[in-house]
Amino acid sequence: MTLQGGGAVLEMRAISKAFPGVVALDGVDFHLRAGEVHVLLGENGAGKSTLMKILSGAYARDAGEIVIDGQPVIISSPRDAQVLGIATMYQELSLVPQLTVAENILLGHEPSRAGVIHRAKLRESARRALQDVGLDVDPDRRVDRLGIAEQQMVEVAKALFRRARVLVMDEPTSALTAREIQRLFDVIRRVTASGVAVVYISHRMRELAEIGTRVTVLRDGRAVGTFPLGDISFDALIRLMANREVRDHFPRRRRAPGNELLRLEHLSAVSGVHDVSLTVRQGEIVGLAGLLGAGRTELARVVFGADPSSGGRVLMHGREITPKTPRDAIAAGIGLLPEDRKRQGLVLALSVCENIGLPSLARWSRLGIVSDRREWAAAERWVTDLRIKTPSVAERVVRLSGGTQQKVVLARWLAADARLLVMDEPTRGVDVGAKVEIYELMNRLTDAGAGILMISSELPEVLGMSDRIYVMRHGRIQAELDATAATEERVLQAALGLAS
Amino acid sequence: MCLLLWALTPHFLTIANALNVMEQTAINAIVAVGMTYVIIAGGIDLSVGSLVAFSGVTLAAALKAGWPAAGAVAVALAVGALSGFVNGAVISFGRLPPFIMTLGMMSVARGAALLFTDGRPISGFGAGFRSIATGRVLGVPAPIVLTLVIYGVAHFGLSRTRFGRYVYGIGGNEEATRLSGVAVRFHKTMVYVVSGVASAVAAVLLTARLNTAQPIAGIMYELDAIAATVIGGTSLSGGEGTLAGTLIGALTMAVLRNGLNLLGVSSFLQQLVIGGVIIVAVLVDLMIKEKRA
Repeated sequence: MTLQGGGAVLEMRAISKAFPGVVALDGVDFHLRAGEVHVLLGENGAGKSTLMKILSGAYARDAGEIVIDGQPVIISSPRDAQVLGIATMYQELSLVPQLTVAENILLGHEPSRAGVIHRAKLRESARRALQDVGLDVDPDRRVDRLGIAEQQMVEVAKALFRRARVLVMDEPTSALTAREIQRLFDVIRRVTASGVAVVYISHRMRELAEIGTRVTVLRDGRAVGTFPLGDISFDALIRLMANREVRDHFPRRRRAPGNELLRLEHLSAVSGVHDVSLTVRQGEIVGLAGLLGAGRTELARVVFGADPSSGGRVLMHGREITPKTPRDAIAAGIGLLPEDRKRQGLVLALSVCENIGLPSLARWSRLGIVSDRREWAAAERWVTDLRIKTPSVAERVVRLSGGTQQKVVLARWLAADARLLVMDEPTRGVDVGAKVEIYELMNRLTDAGAGILMISSELPEVLGMSDRIYVMRHGRIQAELDATAATEERVLQAALGLAS
Repeated sequence: MCLLLWALTPHFLTIANALNVMEQTAINAIVAVGMTYVIIAGGIDLSVGSLVAFSGVTLAAALKAGWPAAGAVAVALAVGALSGFVNGAVISFGRLPPFIMTLGMMSVARGAALLFTDGRPISGFGAGFRSIATGRVLGVPAPIVLTLVIYGVAHFGLSRTRFGRYVYGIGGNEEATRLSGVAVRFHKTMVYVVSGVASAVAAVLLTARLNTAQPIAGIMYELDAIAATVIGGTSLSGGEGTLAGTLIGALTMAVLRNGLNLLGVSSFLQQLVIGGVIIVAVLVDLMIKEKRA
C-alpha cells in the first residue's frame, strides 16, 4: 500500500462532454490525492479515455471545472496540461523511435546555447532522469532499439523530467511480461512515494488490487462510485461496471476433442522458432504461454505462412500443407487474428463489410467482378451472428471499439471457412463485457468442431480457457500441460526455464 | 467559380468554349486515371509524362512504317504496359520506393524516346488515325467520348472488381491485406501497368490531335495528373479516393486555366493562381476529412 497522500491534488467537478449523437460524460466527479494510485475502471465507452483526454487537454469539456491545488484551471491544449504538471502515457507511446533516449526525454527542453544543443548536458540530464525511474540504459541509445517495457519507462522518465505531478497511465501493462510489470510497479511506487499521483486505467483486475490505492468506476458516462481497493471485491466491481453478474470470468466448456486438426512437426524458422512440434485437435483450445520474446507470435506467423519456415512440416487433417504464403494457409483453413489488430489485422479506412470480405472475394466474384450482394449478405450474417456492435456493415472499422474490431477480424475468418484459428492475444485491449463475449464465441467455435491455438500472456486466461497448454521459451516448446491440472506457478516455472 | 467566370467574360459559358475546355482536359484526365489508381494503392508515378512521350513516338514510328492504326495503337499500349510493368515489378519485388523508381523511369523513358527518334519529332499521319482526335461520335467530339468511356471502365474496375478492392486494401494497410491472403506484390505491379497504359492512351490522343509525336512531349504531365487526383479528394497516403473526384479535379483545373485565359491573364500569373488553388483545395479537403473523423 502506498502512502495515503495529503489533500486532493486534482479535482474534476461535474465534468460533462457530449459528441454528436452520444453523451460521453455526464456530471463526473473525480478526486485525485497526492501519492495515490487511483484506478479508473469501466467498460469501453464508459468514458474513461474521454475524461482523461479532457484532463490532458486533447478535448475541451462542455461543462464542469477542473481544480488543481484549490485553484480552478483552464486546460485548453496539451501544452496547458503539461505546464500544469499533467503527463499522460497512452497505449501508443509518444516517443520518437528514431531519436535517442536522451533526445526523447528532453524533447522540447534541450539545453542549448544559441540554438545549438549542448550534448554533454543533454546526456547528463537524461541520466539523472533515468536514475529516478531506476532504468539502466544508455541515454544515447535509439529508442526503437529498446523493448517495449524499457520504452515505457523512458516515457515515465520523460514525464518526471517535466515535473509531472499527475501521471495518467492508460493500459500500461498490456504489452509487458510478469517480470516487467513488477519493474513498472516498482517505478510507480517510487514515483508515488515522492508525492506524484497516478491515474491507472486497466482491465487487469489482479494488478489493480496489487498496485491500486482507490478505484473509481465509470459506467455509461457517470461515476458510480469511488472505493478504497481493499474494501471491495472483484465481483462487486464488475457488477458496478457492467451491471450484470459476471461470476465466472472464464466460461470454458470443455468437451472431448475430435480428430487431429493441426500438427507441427519439428518446425523451425529464422524468425525465432526452433524445432517446435505440437498438435491441435478439433474442438480444442490449445493455449500457448510464455514470456514476451518466447517466440509465440513468430510461431503463429510461420504457421500462417506470413513468415517463411526453414525446416519441419505443417499438417492439416494429416495432409502436409507447410504454407509459403498466407494464401496457402487460408486455403488450408487457417485464420490468424494478429496481436496488433489495428496495424496487421484491419484496413482501418475500409468498412466492416470490406474487411470481412477481403480473403473471400475470389469466392464471391465472377470474372473478377465482386458480387456486392453476396459480400453484403455474408457480412450481415456474421455481424448478426457474432453480435458485432456497428450501426451498419458499411461503417468504417476505425470507428469501432477494440472488442468490436476483434470480432470483425474473427468474422473474416469464419466467412472464409477457417477451421483452425490462431488467436494472438485475443482479448488484449478489450473491455470485460466484450471479453466474455469473445470467450463465448470461442466456445461456440470449438463446439462446432473448430480448433483454436490461443496465444495469451494473461495466465488466468490461459489456464481458464485452454484445454491443453504448451509453454514456449526461446523459440522452443518447454512443456506441455493439461490445463485442468496446471497452475500458474507451473506455467511460470516452465516459461522461465525453471521447470523440474 | 464557373458563375464568377461567366460574369466576367460572356464567352465562357458557350457550348463552343465548354467543349473546348473538355477537349483540352482530356489528355490530363486520362493520365490522371492511372495516377489515381497508383496513389490509392499507396504509391506515386512520376514517370507518366515521359511514358506519354515514349509510347507516343513508338506509335508514330509504327504508323510511319505503314502499320494500320489499330496495330500502331496496340504497340503504344504495349510500350506503356511494359514500362509500367518494370516500374511495378521493381517497386513490389525489388522494394524500391515508388518515388525513386518512377523518378528513374522518368529519365530512362525520356532518354529512350530521344534516342529512338534521334531527338526529332515524327509528323504526318493519315486522316483515319487522326479521327481519334478530330472525329465526332453522335455529335460529341471523340476525345470527350473517349475520356468518359475510360472513366467509366476505370471506375467500374475500382469499385466493383476484386482488383479494385485490393487496390484500396493495399493502400490502406498493405500488411493486413497481405495477411488476408491477397497476392499484394502482384497487384501492386499491375497498378503501375494500369498507369503505364493510361499514359499510352493519352499519348495516342495527343499524337492524333497534334498530328505529331515529339520525344519532348509530356513534360510536367505528372504534376498536373497528381494535382487533378489530389484536388479530387484522393489522399496521398493511400487507401482513399474516387475517380469521379479526379475527373472533377481535372475539370476544375482546366476551367480555371480557360477562364483565366479568356480574361487575358498572363500565363505567369495563371501558374501562380493554379498553384494557389491546388493548395487551397487540398487544405479544404483535409479540413472536411478531419471534421468527419
